[in-house]
Amino acid sequence: MSVIDLGFIIQRPPYKSETATLGFTHAISYQVVDILLDDGQGVNPKVCIVGEGVLCCLSGQKAMENYGVTSLESHIKNALLVDLDLYVCKEDLERFGITEDKLIDAEDMGADKKLQIVPLGEIQKILNNTKHILAF
Amino acid sequence: MGTLTIGCFASLVGSKSLDFTLKLAKAAVDKGHHVNLWLSSNATIIGKAHQKHLKDYSHAEKYVRELLEKGVEICECEACALARGIQKTEAIEGVQWSAMHWYLAKIYNSDRVVHIGGE
Repeated sequence: MSVIDLGFIIQRPPYKSETATLGFTHAISYQVVDILLDDGQGVNPKVCIVGEGVLCCLSGQKAMENYGVTSLESHIKNALLVDLDLYVCKEDLERFGITEDKLIDAEDMGADKKLQIVPLGEIQKILNNTKHILAF
Repeated sequence: MGTLTIGCFASLVGSKSLDFTLKLAKAAVDKGHHVNLWLSSNATIIGKAHQKHLKDYSHAEKYVRELLEKGVEICECEACALARGIQKTEAIEGVQWSAMHWYLAKIYNSDRVVHIGGE
């Protein structure tokens, strides 16, 4: 009876493929996994956003207007709202020239969690402490 | 023996990843391991019955039925399938339909996980 940490690596850019979206939706599904597990068991996703995946974190996305689909921004806000830990690679943000003020914030939805900007070395430590890793 | 959960997101046609996934699952179950197979995104095409085996394309239905007979649990993402026009009424019998938490629950109880992305 325990809760396991599960690593999610989001490394694909938004909207080029379905991949990044699936990473977030799979992570968010941790909310209902306990209905298939025994009492006391659970999954705690650690979502690490690296490489081109950091582009998913830009605020002001217009996916519904342009593609008719839910935006990555909406998925990330929902992930923060359900208390997921989302770590964004500091070096990759810098590489794309993305500053913290351009990132998604779910405070307006009442989320306590925020995107956590951390160095790649920290992300490696986080992933080293997970039981399994899923790369999207 | 252990429990292996494989997640596959690749399409049957246009990629060899799904073909590889099925053969990996067969190799593992033949060695006595318990295998769970989660199919999401374009991999949901695998659950559709009446696939025609054309020699220029990978063919899955025969392998899926064989894996089911060997006790492999196969489940596909219902939303992914429906979005692609695949209906439950045309699914291969024995393939489960569920949502992403099925995959996480199987991972919880697995010794090893192989996650094969679509792109």
